[in-house]
Amino acid sequence: MKVAVTSKGTLLESEVDPRFGRASYILIVDTDSLSFEAMDNSANVNAFKGAGIQAATMISDKGAEVLMTGYCGPKAFATLEAAGVKVVSDISGKVLDAVTAIKEGKVSYSATPNKDGHW
Amino acid sequence: MIISVASGKGGTGKTTISTNMALALGSGVEFLDCDVEEPNAHLFLKPVIERTELVTTPIPLVDLEKCTYCRKCSAICRFNAITVVSHKVLIFPELCHSCGGCMVVCPEGAITETGRELGEINFGARNGIRFINGRLRVGESMSPPLIKRVRSEADPEKVTIIDAPPGTSCPVIAAMNGADFVLMVTEPTPFGLHDLKLAVETVKLLGIPSGLVVNRSDIGDQEVFAYAEREQLPVLLTIPFERRIAEAYSQGRSIVEEFPEWKERFCELFHKIETIIQKRSTTV
Repeated sequence: MKVAVTSKGTLLESEVDPRFGRASYILIVDTDSLSFEAMDNSANVNAFKGAGIQAATMISDKGAEVLMTGYCGPKAFATLEAAGVKVVSDISGKVLDAVTAIKEGKVSYSATPNKDGHW
Repeated sequence: MIISVASGKGGTGKTTISTNMALALGSGVEFLDCDVEEPNAHLFLKPVIERTELVTTPIPLVDLEKCTYCRKCSAICRFNAITVVSHKVLIFPELCHSCGGCMVVCPEGAITETGRELGEINFGARNGIRFINGRLRVGESMSPPLIKRVRSEADPEKVTIIDAPPGTSCPVIAAMNGADFVLMVTEPTPFGLHDLKLAVETVKLLGIPSGLVVNRSDIGDQEVFAYAEREQLPVLLTIPFERRIAEAYSQGRSIVEEFPEWKERFCELFHKIETIIQKRSTTV
């Protein structure tokens, strides 16, 4: 299974970036092989509006089935829902810890966004 | 002739100046309250509202039968208001700036326009002064299309006075663009001056002549006057910080109707503006 984890760096040992839309990087990790692709999210970091929508579209295109992040706002959540990507929010620590947790089934999926939209 | 009353800093007296100038000139003048986020000029002009219209802004509507999910629509949208995920097209109306770009680039002709409610526009009059204001829907963040709609109602044959919103961003530009003159209302405080400078720079970019009204002119410091001199901004009127003026304002009464000597001063203010506009049109 492919999991998208927001990250401050390009490694599995990097810290999880609590932001989704404007995260520094998003790592697309294969939970079986632990092979991953680090996506540079700088275009969205500087987006004028709708960074979350764009990031959600991007990870869906990459085939991620789950997003693991700190905060996910309403527009990003709606986009992920439409794309069939499940969300695990309130994630912190290292990217690898998050991946391990989901492999072991120790996560709960969010039914709603956990952050208000902003202007 | 369009005179837009702006300030940079809020609460300096834009509405006081614009409504009093309108009342001083009286019948035949037209007043547009373009501070659509919190219109308040009606409290002083007390117009009788004759009709109200709903204002909408176009947003895209996608015909999924025709859509091939090519994503040209989402690629052109600078505001990420439209996105395509796994054979679904999502539209975020509150992000859409109604540019129509998605409709133009759609190769299938799958996008048409529908409307999103922005607010309302009110038409009225009092003693021969034509009055129009816009009122943004609560929760709506996009005011420029509504401001443009209010301005589209302006009668080019009349003297049009616009009460602009504060600040220097898009809503203010929408309320100043194309005006013949921008009257800046400021107060002689460091905060007032700071924001005035931003507003003056904005007006310069728009190429519109401007002048100053210094309200509560005897408070703060004198920096604004030195700045006006350096910038060659004419100070067209000063209003002292007077209790009786503040009291009248707080009760929704106008200065020109309460204190007749001020009627003359506001007429004079208008004539100074008229002279500047005329001089400019003969030199251009």
